[in-house]
Amino acid sequence: MEIKTATAGTLESGDIVIQIAPGDGLQIDLDSSVSAQFGRRIKEVITETLEGLGISDATVTATDKGALDCTIRARVTAAAVRATGKDVWKD
Amino acid sequence: MMFVPGNNPGMMADAHIYGPDSIMLDLEDSVTMAEKDAARLLVYNALKTIDYGDTEMVVRINPLSTPYGKKDVEAVVKAGVDVIRMPKTETADEVRELEAEIIKVETELGCVGRTRIMAAIESALGIVNAFEIASASKRMMGIALGAEDYSASLKTQRTPGGAELLLARETIVVAARAAGISCFDTVYSNLDDMETFRKEVELIRDLGFDGKSIINPRQIEVVNEVFTPSPKAIEKSLRIVAAIKEAQAKGSGVVSLNGKMVDRPVVIRAERTIAYAIASGVLKEEDAL
Amino acid sequence: MRNSKVVTLEEAIRRSGLKDGMTISFHHHFRGGDKVVNLVVDKLAQMGFKDLKLAASSLSDVHAPLIEHIKSGVITGISTSGLRGELASAISHGLMKEPVVFRSHGGRGSAIASGELHIDVAFLGASSCDELGNASGCPRSENAKSICGSLGYALPDAQYADHVVVLTDDLVAYPNVPMSIKASQVESVVVVESVGDSSKISSGAIRDSKNPRDILLAKQAAKVILASGYFKDGFSIQTGTGGASLAVVKYLRESMIEQGIKASFALGGITAHMVKLHEEGLIGKLIDVQSFDKVAAESIANDQNHQEVSSIDYASADHLGSAVHALDIVILSALEVDTDFNVNVLVGSDGIIRGAIGGHPDTAEDSALSIIVCPLLRGRIPCVVPKVTTLITPGKGVDVVVTEYGIAVNPSRPELAKALAEAGLHVVDIKALAAKASSIIGQPDPLPFGDRVVGVVMDRHGKQLDTIHIIQE
Repeated sequence: MEIKTATAGTLESGDIVIQIAPGDGLQIDLDSSVSAQFGRRIKEVITETLEGLGISDATVTATDKGALDCTIRARVTAAAVRATGKDVWKD
Repeated sequence: MMFVPGNNPGMMADAHIYGPDSIMLDLEDSVTMAEKDAARLLVYNALKTIDYGDTEMVVRINPLSTPYGKKDVEAVVKAGVDVIRMPKTETADEVRELEAEIIKVETELGCVGRTRIMAAIESALGIVNAFEIASASKRMMGIALGAEDYSASLKTQRTPGGAELLLARETIVVAARAAGISCFDTVYSNLDDMETFRKEVELIRDLGFDGKSIINPRQIEVVNEVFTPSPKAIEKSLRIVAAIKEAQAKGSGVVSLNGKMVDRPVVIRAERTIAYAIASGVLKEEDAL
Repeated sequence: MRNSKVVTLEEAIRRSGLKDGMTISFHHHFRGGDKVVNLVVDKLAQMGFKDLKLAASSLSDVHAPLIEHIKSGVITGISTSGLRGELASAISHGLMKEPVVFRSHGGRGSAIASGELHIDVAFLGASSCDELGNASGCPRSENAKSICGSLGYALPDAQYADHVVVLTDDLVAYPNVPMSIKASQVESVVVVESVGDSSKISSGAIRDSKNPRDILLAKQAAKVILASGYFKDGFSIQTGTGGASLAVVKYLRESMIEQGIKASFALGGITAHMVKLHEEGLIGKLIDVQSFDKVAAESIANDQNHQEVSSIDYASADHLGSAVHALDIVILSALEVDTDFNVNVLVGSDGIIRGAIGGHPDTAEDSALSIIVCPLLRGRIPCVVPKVTTLITPGKGVDVVVTEYGIAVNPSRPELAKALAEAGLHVVDIKALAAKASSIIGQPDPLPFGDRVVGVVMDRHGKQLDTIHIIQE
């Protein structure tokens, strides 16, 4: 899938900023204050969400401020929609 | 009903811990145009994932006339929202248009009839059409006043006493009651003036509103205090209801208390008082039987 | 004046007979504004001392310069109530060979009194001092710069150290009365430019938390107190730090006025809130080991019912006369509480030291009712967990845990659980709280601890309670 660089999310507490850029294979660079305990899980959610949207080649830069899984999913999806120009909703 | 900006995950994660009766996640005025898509996804994922317990979940969508409205409907119905709040409602047709959109998504999901509608009335035309709006659909659960836009449409401004809102408030209560649905008052945005806020809540309670919209958890306690019946009122209501039961047991159609006949409106008011007392936690349900 | 003890810092050190390997001590009443520790240790390094053991009542962010002195071997051992910031992080990552020894305030007092913690030379900062060494944390002249109020944590050092040096930035005329540290305890007085940055010693006035979650927790804790059976005329109370536990007092005040109930005393770190209630006649006396803000520091200077107390008289487990034994209610915060009600206030969820024991275990154990106020979650960090990262306050001393998702009562207090439930409070099993937390945030991975021990936690009776391991990136 053709993608351009796009970002979603904020640096507010409980949020995460996801930047998606073109890449070869899936590469995730994560900065999180909870990376020791949740880094693995955060990367897992990012990967699952992108795979669900059919994106397997991208470089993802994530700056996490303690976001829950549902927030990570929402921000990854928003960044992916912006990067691909293909929305998940009808019309 | 507590308003929570739809693009703020930190606030969405634990808004229910403050115990509002309902939470309104907002996709409209609190979200910039550039973030409409991201907020919609955030609200969708939050509704699907977060356990809000018994809290009634409402989402304020963008008007259907904007490029965002229909996508908002699709997202929140798919996420299983309880109530969709339609902003800036002016005619009954708009309600029916929203209903048609909801039905489209619900049909796809196989859950027709699940989503209810609340209409916010925020203009002079909306107030003139209040009853038609309130009775436009079986899904209508309530109407609410949006005071900022409404006072602008009157070419006046907000005042601390709220004189400019008097007709709108009374119209909304009357329309809601005539249609048999609920009615909710507008927000009060000065968080540091709890005294004026309390006066406003007392006013709208006396006008007949079912509840108040709030923008911060700090306002919840005041609303609950104002809407919680006094111990004296609860006791009196319990006696009235007991008298009815006694009369029914005897097969008598006439209810009397302390030798006086109890009128039908008095009975209705007593039942409402008990319902409020139970809802606000000062009366246990088993004690009301 | 005759017999003046005023000398330079270097001369004071020389006179003290300090040798390599000895123990030096400091207090933390200047908190984040402290300049004494860095000033003295810099000088000791300059003078060529090595292998010194630093026994502070607590250390904070401002003490990051100690990292260099540890690397160069000037400081080889630390005992303290807490560590924060860069120094804490460096130690968690293995900066020191010798583990840091952590004690509570009461535990430190006891250890000093029993000789377990022997202090060779104490360097004690004071807001005012005369030439003979009568010292106080209160201002006594127009030139007073660094005011801290109570000097409670410094008093055991002044009493038991072999040699005492007072450092002050306001040398006043003899006699500096009333004094906290007495001339007879002091060998040297050193006048320095500044002992502390007053803007960082304490905040100016009452700060009310506007954080809605803090307010919610504070209101719930106040309701717990009202329903507990301990809220009656003559009760006593202490609050810990943290927005929510400080705010409890504000909500309690309304009920005290309404029901005509007065407290006999408030204990511990004294805040502007406590002073306000005292001045309104709602709290009889203030027993102050540490003045948390300017209002408290001014009050202790002027009010004879506002009494300074040493950490021994405050919280020692060895003395039945210490004030915690007379304490009814304490409200405390926590980084983590586990399902056995054990509390951690020292090590963060990332495994890095970032807090202080303070009087937590002292007050929890000896008070009649201890209430922990903490959110279930801080962002994605769980605060109610199956097992605390580091054990600081054993669960047997913890009675109630107040969270925004419900109130848990220690099973050893069934009568309390019953009273709270009857008052309509949402009482839940602590295991349900831990389960709720993990249902929201998921299951955290174990922290990457290594084998090496970087910290040892002593209980207040002088026994080792837990160890803190090195954290690996």
